[in-house]
Amino acid sequence: MSKITRRRFLAGSAAGGAALMLTPAQKALAAGSFEGFPEGMGVLVDFTRCVGCRTCEAACNEEQHLPEPAKPFDDTSVFDEIHHGQKRRPTDKAYTIVNRYEPKDADKPLYRKIQCNHCNEPACLTSCFVNAYKKTPEGAVIYNSKVCVGCRNCMIACPFHIPAYSYTSVLNPVIKKCIFCYDTRLKEGKPPACVESCPQQVMTFGKRKDLMKIAHERIKKNPGKYVNHVYGEKEVGGTGWFYLSNAPFEEAGFDVNLPKKPIIDNVKDFLAIVPMVLTIWPALFTGFHLLATKGKSHGHGDDHSHDEQEGH
Amino acid sequence: MKKLETYGVKPHDAGMKADGQKWSIMEKLLLGLTLDQYIGQALRNKLNWFLAIIFAIGIPVILYRFVFSLGAVTHSSYDYPWGLFLGFGLFCMVPLSASGFMLGTTVEIFGRHDFEPIERLALLNGLLGYFFAVVYLLVDLGQPWRLSYPMVYSFGPAAVLFLVGWHVATYLSVQVAEVSTAFFEWIGFQRGYDFIRKGTVGLTVSGIILSTLHQGALGALFLYAPGKVHPLWYSSAFQWIHFFTSSIPAGLCMVICVSTVVIYTMKWRCDQRFIDNLDRITISLAKGAAMGLSTYLIIKLIAVAHDNEWAYLTTGWGIWWLFEIVGFVFAPLVILSYAIRNKLVGLCRIGAFLTVAGILLNRLNTALITFNWQLYQEIPHYLEFIIAVTIFGIYVATYRFILARLPILYQFKSQAEK
Ligand code: SF4
Ligand code: SF4
Ligand code: SF4
Repeated sequence: MSKITRRRFLAGSAAGGAALMLTPAQKALAAGSFEGFPEGMGVLVDFTRCVGCRTCEAACNEEQHLPEPAKPFDDTSVFDEIHHGQKRRPTDKAYTIVNRYEPKDADKPLYRKIQCNHCNEPACLTSCFVNAYKKTPEGAVIYNSKVCVGCRNCMIACPFHIPAYSYTSVLNPVIKKCIFCYDTRLKEGKPPACVESCPQQVMTFGKRKDLMKIAHERIKKNPGKYVNHVYGEKEVGGTGWFYLSNAPFEEAGFDVNLPKKPIIDNVKDFLAIVPMVLTIWPALFTGFHLLATKGKSHGHGDDHSHDEQEGH
Repeated sequence: MKKLETYGVKPHDAGMKADGQKWSIMEKLLLGLTLDQYIGQALRNKLNWFLAIIFAIGIPVILYRFVFSLGAVTHSSYDYPWGLFLGFGLFCMVPLSASGFMLGTTVEIFGRHDFEPIERLALLNGLLGYFFAVVYLLVDLGQPWRLSYPMVYSFGPAAVLFLVGWHVATYLSVQVAEVSTAFFEWIGFQRGYDFIRKGTVGLTVSGIILSTLHQGALGALFLYAPGKVHPLWYSSAFQWIHFFTSSIPAGLCMVICVSTVVIYTMKWRCDQRFIDNLDRITISLAKGAAMGLSTYLIIKLIAVAHDNEWAYLTTGWGIWWLFEIVGFVFAPLVILSYAIRNKLVGLCRIGAFLTVAGILLNRLNTALITFNWQLYQEIPHYLEFIIAVTIFGIYVATYRFILARLPILYQFKSQAEK
């Protein structure tokens, strides 16, 4: 075999490979710097107002055509349910749930509604290898279940343990989570079903940046009532739904150790080395090869190891 | 098999029979034995019976999974979306299959032809490991028939898994090409053999690129879950480097392990070149593994220092971490170093088995055991175990089937000896 053919093959394969994989890598870096939509909508949730009536759960169930729950929505025994030592969480049959917590210094229990937080830079979105998720300009994080392959990487990635999976479906198992009532309401500028249904006005719907101001004003105007923190303002790059509480957030089951930066920032360092490896490695190892085999009579292992075959 | 040799029957190992006639495919598949001889030896083999029992139980369970959904064979956990199929099948099989690119590099790029007798075994080990990692993935995916979506239909290029998917797929084809030389020899297709051999360097270099990236990428997948993986197993700066460096001893030691099993159970298939060289090569591989292990150990400690996580070492998880690092990284390192210095092949093998166990433990720790350490411990459904074991059984059976036939452990001759 002549040197030329070998080199040409090498150059060809390396260039082809690089072109093939550089594009996604570059796109990845660009996609990672997405900052969220400035005019996006959000919801401010004030736990001090919530009485744990679960009306919002019922409203979501109806709006999203979810199956009938095992226990009716006025049954408060669900607050005592513990699975694996954990309180309830959103499932493929309930996109939102309300849990009860007993903070140490509070005289009454704290009720907390849990649903997708519609992050500014969603971890679920960036982890999905078929790009099923989409952050809409209105602020919702929705997803296309027609392309979901079911790798469940988004469930790994979501820092709030939100996406659920319809494991029991044989032919069409997909990710299920709160979609901010995008199709039926948000698209038309209307507040989601759960927000509207709440008799206590726990949730305020509006532009995220306006709501953030209201949240800080509420803290300022009511000294001693709230802990001085809006959970979701900065957490993992900011979330569309954010929270005010009278008790420390860790006592309401929140993860208070989450990074301030979006989850994707963790991964950017790795994505950045991808183009480097793709461009440097071929040259480096071809160099090694030429050095290592230089001056040897047989540049190729095959030339002498399979001598017996040559007769064919 | 051994018994047959005493009868003077020799397994098929050449392009033509001793009398100059060609072998038919059927004869090749039966290893040059008659059908009766073949069935006789298959029935005498205890491993066959063992595998048969596993398949009898496991294959119906796999069918059950596809008929009655994932929910029927797993705990359908939302908090542990990845169970044994990925925790073991993907995260363990892939590093243990790093052997292909490493031996390929050694022989083809660095021109170390003294490793040649084991090169094909290493390549095959790589190919099968990746192939079965994909099989595990197919069982785990909710909609496996959509597997090609990220390749052709809907791209999520910001995702690390996208990279893994593309690279594993491309690398799988690279490996098929690499191993196909053995297949072309076996079926007697000289032109195909020549064609692939010409591209070997190109194939090997693309193998290195793809391997560096996706071995690292498997680690980078966990970068999406800071706070879910225990800090001792998580390092935002070093995660991919940990996975990549540990794949080096993993792949090398897996080759030592497989060659050990082979030399004790399939010696009839090894030619003299393989048998004579194996001890020397085992020690050389162990050297590479020891070097990889020491690098890995150092980077592991640097990561703990970098994130200043020493305080965790006094907790229960810290003790578990020390158990992994001391028992399965440091101990094999000491064993391998001692064995290399004193040229003790048996001890090298023990060190290799320990290293492989350490890799299994590390990947399972990251993906399952310490995952959600702040929530609760998930113990996979028993059917999940059965399926994982069954697929591994199919892997072993396929491995053995190929080793018995293709010129992996022996050199193909143009004509058999009398
Ligand atoms: S809360 Fe979870 S599921 Fe919802 S947008 Fe954020 S990362 Fe995605
Ligand atoms: S926003 Fe819509 S989908 Fe989400 S929890 Fe509320 S009602 Fe359910
Ligand atoms: S409807 Fe309002 S008050 Fe009732 S549980 Fe939901 S958020 Fe709380």
